[in-house]
Amino acid sequence: MTTARKLTMAQAISEAIGQEMERDPKVFAMGEDIARYGGIFGATGGLLERFGKERIMDTPISESAFIGAATGAAAEGMRPIAELMFVDFFGVCMDQIYNHLAKNTYMSGGKVRLPVVLMTAIGGGYNDAAQHSQCLYGLFAHVPGLKIVVPSNAYDAKGLMIQAIRDDNPVMYFFHKGIMGLPWMAYYEGSSNEVPQEAYTVPFGQARIAREGKDVTIVALSQMVQKALLAAAELEKEGIGTEVVDLRTLVPLDVEAVVRSVKKTGRLLVADEDYLNFGLTGEIAALIAERLDQISLKSPIRRLGVPGVPIPYSRPLEQFIIPQVKSIADACRGMMRGKVAQPA
Amino acid sequence: MEPSAEKLMWMYETMLLIREYEETMANVYLEGKLPPNIQKGLAFDIGSGPVPGEMHLAAGQEPVAVGVCAHLRKEDTVVGTHRPHHFAIAKGVPVDAMTAEMFGKATGLGHGKGGHMHLFDPEHKFSCSGIVGASLPPACGAALAAKKMGKDWVAVAFFGEGAANQGTFHEALNLAALWSLPAIFVCEDNKYAISVEKSESTAIHSDADRAAAYGIPGVAVAKNDALEVYEAAGEAVARARKGGGPTLIEVKTDRYMGHFQGDAEVYRPKGEVGELRKNDPIPSLGKHLRARGILDDGKDAAIREKVHGLVQKSYEFARQSAYPEPREALQHVFV
Repeated sequence: MTTARKLTMAQAISEAIGQEMERDPKVFAMGEDIARYGGIFGATGGLLERFGKERIMDTPISESAFIGAATGAAAEGMRPIAELMFVDFFGVCMDQIYNHLAKNTYMSGGKVRLPVVLMTAIGGGYNDAAQHSQCLYGLFAHVPGLKIVVPSNAYDAKGLMIQAIRDDNPVMYFFHKGIMGLPWMAYYEGSSNEVPQEAYTVPFGQARIAREGKDVTIVALSQMVQKALLAAAELEKEGIGTEVVDLRTLVPLDVEAVVRSVKKTGRLLVADEDYLNFGLTGEIAALIAERLDQISLKSPIRRLGVPGVPIPYSRPLEQFIIPQVKSIADACRGMMRGKVAQPA
Repeated sequence: MEPSAEKLMWMYETMLLIREYEETMANVYLEGKLPPNIQKGLAFDIGSGPVPGEMHLAAGQEPVAVGVCAHLRKEDTVVGTHRPHHFAIAKGVPVDAMTAEMFGKATGLGHGKGGHMHLFDPEHKFSCSGIVGASLPPACGAALAAKKMGKDWVAVAFFGEGAANQGTFHEALNLAALWSLPAIFVCEDNKYAISVEKSESTAIHSDADRAAAYGIPGVAVAKNDALEVYEAAGEAVARARKGGGPTLIEVKTDRYMGHFQGDAEVYRPKGEVGELRKNDPIPSLGKHLRARGILDDGKDAAIREKVHGLVQKSYEFARQSAYPEPREALQHVFV
């Protein structure tokens, strides 16, 4: 019998880590402020009390050292979870991530296994400015050798975390601060949902149809899924049926789910909080563009993302450059009026 | 602490093996890279020949590898540098598969995906990295794993004196000291960070002094001598195995070849290498063995023949091995 309760995403992540630590003594976690504080964003809340400081380890502010140590410990058969507090901090330790964690398996011809989960906080919307508000998962998805997980709600967050810990490859797990359900930051309530008490996995590379619709496909992930669902509810009142595809993972990417939905609706909007240029939105658009022999579009593809500017501090500036419910709904309305050129 | 006769013989033989391996590679590396077999106008083509790419050889630095690895077991971890052959050989990595890797062959350690700066042999617990200063954090991780698993295994990170100016050096030393990890950090001071002399890059003479900043023992080995390295490493490894935490060792060593093969070495005085070679650590160890009565002309000749045979066989194995299928490039991103 399953016993589901409503959890926040932070609670769901912490529960997942705790259950895997109980199941497998090789799992341990380390990072800045993850022990006594429980993680700045609550992802390891309550775990120190249960597992002690040998397995829930506060580290010095030395990201290269402890992320590199995670790689080294994983190569020996341990299953470390390392928290990089903000993804924006990757600059001080990128070498250990992209040159070592991501590549050692490949360069060893598959002999070296690195079951590391590197989890990190992403996203803006609370005026933390350019060095604490980025998403950047597109950057890590660009580098071969890292699985990229970006949950949008507590149910997925738990199942994807358990899957990540059990994976024998490096997994980067990105949680958006604005859906963690923190008591000190506004969040989208749709992200807190029913979560079974028991351990379960959500497989990688399987997108979720968060809402079905016939007219427009919105491809999104993380907090943007919650915004897209709110936009879809508004559009429904106007008779526009919106299908929301939650990618859940970027690597591996569920190409088929995207293609299937766009075949059905004939309209694609990619809504993203990462930078617009050279990233996720372009990648998804290209997948469809490459299949125009199979897909008939009724309107040109639209992309929403952070235009090529750093995240500004001031509230009106920040809210302007991050796609919002209204801009998503407006883009869909525009697509309903859109046309594609016919061959001459 | 005088090594046993068996250890001494292992050290001598392994140093000879490393030296012959590197000298052979210096010649093989040049195959196909010189006129007239390359693009007109070039004096050298790095991407040609059976062993393409960069090549960093460690002739002269053998005492560091053997003096440390003489104390290690198969379960102990070694993380090396972009100049990794001496460490790999001393840690027991099979020389044939290592050579095949440098030839880019399917029989190589990494099926030809890594090359000479990226040798991975989990069975012998050896890895290395082409990034300066990158060896220290993963060695901390291996040491942490040993501690968590309740084993008395140790982890060694080798790095150059240039790497001691990287942030990773300081982060890793602090972490290892803080957590009392069974790690040994061994700095090979060969005086040059590529072309820049240590006096031009580093505010202090001996990197061993930096150990004081982290409250751990720092040992300076002033001579490029296998026995002196052996002694320093012996104490460090024993301390680490007993739970006494990490040690930093600096060895003043000598690089006989360029930073990479093809390096014009404009930065060092003419004749410097000739002077360094007068203190070649291999004959000096040989002399010690003879004084101990465990080496004579006959044994010496036999060892050299054995080493020569192994090197020849390894290069032959690499040459004879097949290349991977091009499509294999798409494999092994994930396991």
